[in-house]
Amino acid sequence: MSTFGWPEFLFLLRSAGWSIVLTVIALAFGAVGGGAFAIMRLANNAVLRTIAAIYILVIQSIPVLMILFMAYYGLSIAGVEIPPLLAASVSLSIYVSAYLAEIWRGSIQAVPPQQWEASASLALTRPQQYRYIILPQALRISLPPTVGFLVQLVKNTSIVSVVGFVELSRAGQLVNNATFRPFEVFMVVAAIYFAICFPLSRLSRYLERVLHVGRSH
Amino acid sequence: MSVVAIDQVHKRYGALEVLKGVSLSVETGQVVAIIGRSGSGKSTMLRCINGLEAFQSGSITVAGHDVQQEPTKLRELRKDVGIVFQSYNLFPHLTVSQNITLSPRITQGVKAADAEVIARRVLSQVGLLEKFDAYPDMLSGGQQQRVAIARSLAMRPKVMLFDEVTSALDPELTGEVLLVMEQLAKEGMTMLLVTHEMSFARSVADLTVFMHQGKIWEAGPSKELFEYPKTAELQAFLSSGVK
Ligand SMILES: Nc1ncnc2c1ncn2[C@@H]1O[C@H](COP(=O)(O)OP(=O)(O)O)[C@@H](O)[C@H]1O
Ligand SMILES: [Mg+2]
Repeated sequence: MSTFGWPEFLFLLRSAGWSIVLTVIALAFGAVGGGAFAIMRLANNAVLRTIAAIYILVIQSIPVLMILFMAYYGLSIAGVEIPPLLAASVSLSIYVSAYLAEIWRGSIQAVPPQQWEASASLALTRPQQYRYIILPQALRISLPPTVGFLVQLVKNTSIVSVVGFVELSRAGQLVNNATFRPFEVFMVVAAIYFAICFPLSRLSRYLERVLHVGRSH
Repeated sequence: MSVVAIDQVHKRYGALEVLKGVSLSVETGQVVAIIGRSGSGKSTMLRCINGLEAFQSGSITVAGHDVQQEPTKLRELRKDVGIVFQSYNLFPHLTVSQNITLSPRITQGVKAADAEVIARRVLSQVGLLEKFDAYPDMLSGGQQQRVAIARSLAMRPKVMLFDEVTSALDPELTGEVLLVMEQLAKEGMTMLLVTHEMSFARSVADLTVFMHQGKIWEAGPSKELFEYPKTAELQAFLSSGVK
């Protein structure tokens, strides 16, 4: 039995690095998917709209843990052995894409419809309307809720510990198993989560304030 | 030759028929004022002309374009038809010059330097050259509306549509916008304008059209129409001093 000292603390910090890596990966892929589904959700084409709506509804209605199990165990039963990092990345990306799609759909719809009319009247194509008029305005609107969601994501990366991936919360369990100092260990784990999430929450609040001011429409 | 030809247009929103067989012909260089009570279908008619609203039957031809909802055709039509709205609808994240140069650059392939020359020309036309680099929210309502007019002019439209462009403005700001429109009219721009400014319609418009319950109820040379309204509805409308 070891004590809870520097090496253990450094191990926790390194694992926190993995939590951040997972967050960044899930955010990157989730953003691509989320952007695509947000725009599909608003497409003129009913088929695209319905596909996006069903995807978002289904993903938001099941625990992300189930997506993870399906990715990890489901595929391994099918004979495809996938490493925990991949399973974790894929399932978190899917989860993120559905939530960002909804946040961003809302942000796009929050741009006044007159902006669509004015830009259409100037002969812009739909992609040009998105690129030059709608998305730049939607981006401002979406920043606070997107950063807010990021805070949830950092905390939710902890679920991937169930497939054996060692991120911060799994590292906490391991250190506790070795030291039997649950109070200290989990205090430190919580403090690290707090150190990551608190600045993000403040950033979200800050963006909400500064981006709100000076918006004339 | 008429540059705008509206023929027996019917437009419904669900069960509500908003345009009940509207026909109107506008010659090149003519200024046509459209007056009538709120809800009579003035905006709808104007918006049908540049395809912002689809209609169920009848036809509209504008500067050689048959107005249809097919996206490519709509864009070609809209390069020739400018529209200015009551609520200005400038792009708030772009500067005045960017508002103006965007479409010429990306829809007409005008080079950045040439687009800037165009922007300076249309901004001087509306008397706002000094606002070249300003953002819309730094401008008064009247100035924003003049920029919106300049933005449309930069497309070199053959027809300009104005939908109650002074209605959202404080009374002391309407004058500067009306002046710009009067100047445009003098320069020979073909214009259709929905307005509540009766004296403006009377003095600037060649033709005035009175819409009532989705129909063109009465139309004629502006001076005659205001002087000798024939229908009881127009008489009532004019004497009620409606705003
Ligand atoms: N998008 C819409 N959906 C349903 N009804 C509409 C819509 N736009 C306008 N209308 C109705 O059409 C009629 C004519 O409207 P409009 O053309 O805006 O009149 P005006 O510009 O003369 O005030 C009104 O009864 C209005 O309520
Ligand atoms: Mg109207």
